[in-house]
Amino acid sequence: MRILDRLKQFRGAVPSDDIASRTRALVVRDNEFGFDPFGMSRKHLGTAMTVARFMYRHYFRAEAFGIENLPSKGRVLIVANHSGQLPFDALVIGSACFLEPPQPRLVRAMVEFFVPTIPFASYLFARWGQITGTPENCRRLLAADEAVLVFPEGARGISKPFSKRYQLAEFGTGFMRLALEARAPILPVAVIGAEEQAPAINLSSVAKLLGMPALPIVPYPPFVAPVPLPVKYRLHFGEPMLFTGDPDDDDDVLAEKVRTVRHRIQGMIHQGLAGRKHVFW
Amino acid sequence: MSSGEPGRPGHAKKVVITGISGRLGRIVARRLHHELGWKIVGLDRRPMPGRPKDIELHEVDLRSKKARDVIRDADALLHLGVMHDPRAHAQQLYAWNITGTTKLLEYCQAHAVAKVVLLSSANVYGPRPDNPQFLTEDAPLLAAQRFPAMRDLVEVDHLVSTFLWRARETETVVLRPVHIVGPVHNAPSNYLRIARPPMLLGFDPMVQLVHVHDVAEAIVQALAPGRRGIYNIVGPGEVPLSAIFRELHREPRMIPHPIASGLLKLAFTLGLSSFPGDELDFIRYVCMVDGRRAAADLGFRPRFGLRETIRAVDEAA
Repeated sequence: MRILDRLKQFRGAVPSDDIASRTRALVVRDNEFGFDPFGMSRKHLGTAMTVARFMYRHYFRAEAFGIENLPSKGRVLIVANHSGQLPFDALVIGSACFLEPPQPRLVRAMVEFFVPTIPFASYLFARWGQITGTPENCRRLLAADEAVLVFPEGARGISKPFSKRYQLAEFGTGFMRLALEARAPILPVAVIGAEEQAPAINLSSVAKLLGMPALPIVPYPPFVAPVPLPVKYRLHFGEPMLFTGDPDDDDDVLAEKVRTVRHRIQGMIHQGLAGRKHVFW
Repeated sequence: MSSGEPGRPGHAKKVVITGISGRLGRIVARRLHHELGWKIVGLDRRPMPGRPKDIELHEVDLRSKKARDVIRDADALLHLGVMHDPRAHAQQLYAWNITGTTKLLEYCQAHAVAKVVLLSSANVYGPRPDNPQFLTEDAPLLAAQRFPAMRDLVEVDHLVSTFLWRARETETVVLRPVHIVGPVHNAPSNYLRIARPPMLLGFDPMVQLVHVHDVAEAIVQALAPGRRGIYNIVGPGEVPLSAIFRELHREPRMIPHPIASGLLKLAFTLGLSSFPGDELDFIRYVCMVDGRRAAADLGFRPRFGLRETIRAVDEAA
């Protein structure tokens, strides 16, 4: 009995985890049919969040530090390191911004162009608020004061081999142009844990032969398309960085600003790694 | 006879409408004639059933001498006549559409016609997996790459857009409306009217519809003096295809894409369907447009709401 009471108490400690009320509290520009211009729907998101919350709370047992740095409203470009072969880092960041702050926020990740060609993923990603990764889409969402998530490392980051873990790949400059244009603050996020969820070597020559962007091989069955290991995720949200300048500047002028963001994230990664006791708990 | 100042008091404006016998043509002609008192001259190869006596109709080809004669003293040309008949011979369609439009524009330039309005379509951009959610007017027209049947539509749009920059004395407007519904017959509205419409399993793109009367309103606004340019015309919002069918109480059949495309090509070859197989991409990928320019410059706002527009699919055509 006492155990049950304590469990109830524990449940009571996180009443804000209620998905229905959080979904209602989201700021969404939806129409009378329940869809926003990008095809997002609260109904579909709520269903997906039930699964995402399980992954976030129980499988990855994620911790979010500095979530108060996430603005409760207004445009923001969330920039994070990308790793782990499978994009669970996007799921965890999205869940954190939905579950942790007093005012939940919908995070819109920019997804690869091949996603709209995959049956079911094509529309489900849209229903969950994810968007095709074109600069126009990002521009439009920032202008509408939404939160957009980008991984400037792109495929280079997510498919990097285990030996290169927690070393940031090159950043693209596109995100900086978009942030300058929209005068949107950049919210740096360091993701700790994802690198170990699928320690892989990359058979890049075979991948090239098969016409795939990468072919990660993990040292345990089923060897390919890995199920992530139950690592512990730690997210570090840094303070927002606001840059000013001409979005049409030359690449090397922008590269300077991009480096600032990259250094900040790399620093947060080092700090996060130093503070972590174990990969799995 | 001079073409006259458009909008000059006491002067009934004369507008030449190509493709007037179609449903949209008749709706626009009626509006311009009854509400604005314009003189209407129609050019169409088809007869126009129920034509009011004071609307002139010439059942001729756009390339004919008669077409040249009626344009001579016109104040405006409204070109609705892009034919999109997948059954007609490609060469014949080319002659009607491309050569016809080229001739029309020549006449307009020769006689300094004050206004040219083309009704194109937002489909000229083409549905693609890497499309941004909302295409603006400066996006490339890529529909012809994958859909040979749309080549004429894209080329006519190009011809008139070029004319917009070339003929400075003429105010040219190109309108690119999204799928037009209401009492009309066109591929999208015919598709939406199928009792058990096929959908592609695992695909449910966002789509935009606009009511035919809203398109007529946009045309009237484009005909007003001082307006020139290229404009996307959008309806009251965007919904997934499945939501449209739910609203219309239709139960779609879900078919995997490889099977659907095979079946459709076969049905088209056998003459059982009027949709060529490639056009399945229109119910697979997004091809939506941004209508802010038309709202800002033309003052265009759809009058029909989202639900009303969807329900208009079932209005008797």
